[in-house]
Amino acid sequence: MNNESQDTSATVSDTTEKVRKSLGKRYAREKRFKLFGVIAIVASLSFLAVLIISITIRGLPAFKQTFLNLDVTLDADTLGVDENPDEDALRKANYNGSIKNSLLALFPDVKKRKDKKALYKFVSTGGQYDLQAMVMADPSLIGQTINVWLPVGDDASGYLRGHIDTSVPEKKRRFKDNQITWIEELKADNKVQTKFNHTFFSRGDSREPEMAGIKGSLFGSILTLMVTLALSFPIAVATAIYLEEFAPKNRWTDIIEVNINNLAAVPSIVFGLLGLAIFINFFNLPRSAPIVGGLVLSLMTLPTIIISARAALKSVPPSIRDAALGLGASNLQVVFHHVLPLAMPGILTGTIIGMAQALGETAPLLMIGMVAFIVDVPTSLTDPATVLPVQIFQWADLPEKGFVEKTSAAIMVLLGFLIAMNAIAVLLRRKFEQKW
Amino acid sequence: MTRISAISKTAKKTATIAAQVTALLLASSMASAQTARDQISIVGSSTVYPFATVVAEKFGQTSKHKTPKIESTGSGGGMKLFCNGVGVEHPDITNSSRRIKKGEFESCAENGVTEIIEVLIGYDGITLSNSIDAELFELTRKDIFLALAKEVPDPDGGDELIENPYVQWFDVNPDLPEIDIEVIGPPPTSGTRDAFVELAMEGGCKSIESIAALKESDSQTFKEVCHTIREDGAFIEAGENDNLIVQKLEANPDALGIFGFSFLEQNSDLVQPSYIDGFEPTFESIADGSYPVSRPLYFYVKKAHVGVIPGIDEFLAEFTSEGAWGEEGYLADKGMIPLGDDIREESAASIAALETMTMD
Repeated sequence: MNNESQDTSATVSDTTEKVRKSLGKRYAREKRFKLFGVIAIVASLSFLAVLIISITIRGLPAFKQTFLNLDVTLDADTLGVDENPDEDALRKANYNGSIKNSLLALFPDVKKRKDKKALYKFVSTGGQYDLQAMVMADPSLIGQTINVWLPVGDDASGYLRGHIDTSVPEKKRRFKDNQITWIEELKADNKVQTKFNHTFFSRGDSREPEMAGIKGSLFGSILTLMVTLALSFPIAVATAIYLEEFAPKNRWTDIIEVNINNLAAVPSIVFGLLGLAIFINFFNLPRSAPIVGGLVLSLMTLPTIIISARAALKSVPPSIRDAALGLGASNLQVVFHHVLPLAMPGILTGTIIGMAQALGETAPLLMIGMVAFIVDVPTSLTDPATVLPVQIFQWADLPEKGFVEKTSAAIMVLLGFLIAMNAIAVLLRRKFEQKW
Repeated sequence: MTRISAISKTAKKTATIAAQVTALLLASSMASAQTARDQISIVGSSTVYPFATVVAEKFGQTSKHKTPKIESTGSGGGMKLFCNGVGVEHPDITNSSRRIKKGEFESCAENGVTEIIEVLIGYDGITLSNSIDAELFELTRKDIFLALAKEVPDPDGGDELIENPYVQWFDVNPDLPEIDIEVIGPPPTSGTRDAFVELAMEGGCKSIESIAALKESDSQTFKEVCHTIREDGAFIEAGENDNLIVQKLEANPDALGIFGFSFLEQNSDLVQPSYIDGFEPTFESIADGSYPVSRPLYFYVKKAHVGVIPGIDEFLAEFTSEGAWGEEGYLADKGMIPLGDDIREESAASIAALETMTMD
């Protein structure tokens, strides 16, 4: 007996000894693991910081625009209109001619054709459209001299922002020495001013960086997401409720469940092909329209919302159902009066995350014609439209340097939306979440 | 309890609103199932896209019609959409950075698109450039072929084709600098790549007798030899974005990059073009054809749509006006190389008369 107890105590102390020996090693392992975790987080955060800072630095100038002050004489001769011009004539009038004249009036010494051309580039091609809009709103301006601020052209605004390296030999520079002298003169005369860039938020796409805005693609995104939300939310929630609360558990529902999970993993371009074949070719819906984009994106977001909605429904404790049933509620009443409202915060979070995914998607839209140059701002679901990520992709591909900052600015707007949507998801969860 | 009922009320409300919106959407989509279209629809080449968009914007601003919608689908993809048939659901115009192929013309005809107006708008140069801080290259098309082809004739003599052995430009041609061959260019899906291969590589190919002889005897092998770019790392595919190639050249002065003339013009403070066969790519040398690597830019119009979709004839007039495609026009400002004076005049007249093309 005594012997035995001694034996056990020996083994115990052996084990303790072993444990004690390995303890240091195990603690070290844990420490290492924690360290790797911290390193990973710090590394990814710093990458994110670098990305956001570089985008912000590059994009911020796009929110400012440089304007040039000009006295423009709108005489009928230069404009090429007669005394009582109709709307069509006003639209076609040669506003550029008036702008050129007023530029030449500022620099009477410029005589050579090449120099004149260089001078004309100071005013953006969009300047004539601004004048056009003014005159069409008030035709009595014809014959008068008006003082206007017109947007500065791409190269000159690049110079004013310090994007042009003057140490490069003149031949290689897009902005020449004589242009620098002129613009400095204008600057000294207080004829150049930088103001907030309203154009960026009030116009659609353009081929001139000074005139390009994101309103068109922003509205396109909003219209598309409205369709996506309106279709995918009710269908997904109904599917989730049926599968979770009513459907019998058999082979068929298993197959459906597996396929919903599979759908969530299908590459999005496949949905684009599907959209092209079914919505455009079969149902004859118009190409490039937000309605088709919304339909395609809702196919993509449906599985995401169904899965999160089912998880939310599952997390409602059975005691709530039992209590309601015990008080005489029908199954339908249990679901709609008790389970669904309690699961709503989780469902909404899933929906918003699904919507955020849809907001950043471009691949499926390529197939249905939403990757396009569209100037007019869409106002209905069938108007041609494009979306924010597509706009970013298109601007990144254009040669003019002014589009570099526009690209970054558009990325900032898109990121702002994504952050706002995710913040709403977090807030909803915080506010309504129930803990059991 | 009150909280739960409040949430349930909101949920019910949301559900009703959602149902209403869905119903509305479906109704509106049914109603709008394409009956008419008042906006010109253009598809096609990404090379013509930056030029066509300028014209479209100007047209939208100065006419009473809507601004045309332009999709950048690539020349081949655009042609396919264009040839699908006549009717509002099909595009009116397709842009192309090459002439329509016989097969495409026939498939168009099969689908009822028999009357096509062909418009040659100008040229686009393809440049091989490097950083402005690096040495200027003076290349021949033969050098380009030898440096970039997958298989080249054995440098030790004989007609045998061997895996490309050249490591440095100096090995290809002793006049060239002693730096490793490193060329950044677009992927095979790009029209710029097609044109580069066809004009620069094949051009160099023809100057090598043993391979040129193949063209007659075995045109299949000839094409394969001339059109295949090496895959051992000397040629780097950089995606479709030309701005990215310019940035990479700036960072790496030993590399050369392939991109269009309009990007060269916008970035002349960062990159310099190599001479090819003794010519620098400039406005003039591309226009008169002495710079060898340039390609024509076209667009094709469905005649059946003129007069049906409002504004097509006016759009054509805008595109072919001197202010647009002329030597001093705004397309030239964007980097397109205009056609000769008399050609412009002639084709503007035939386009105004809506003369359709034939395929020989």
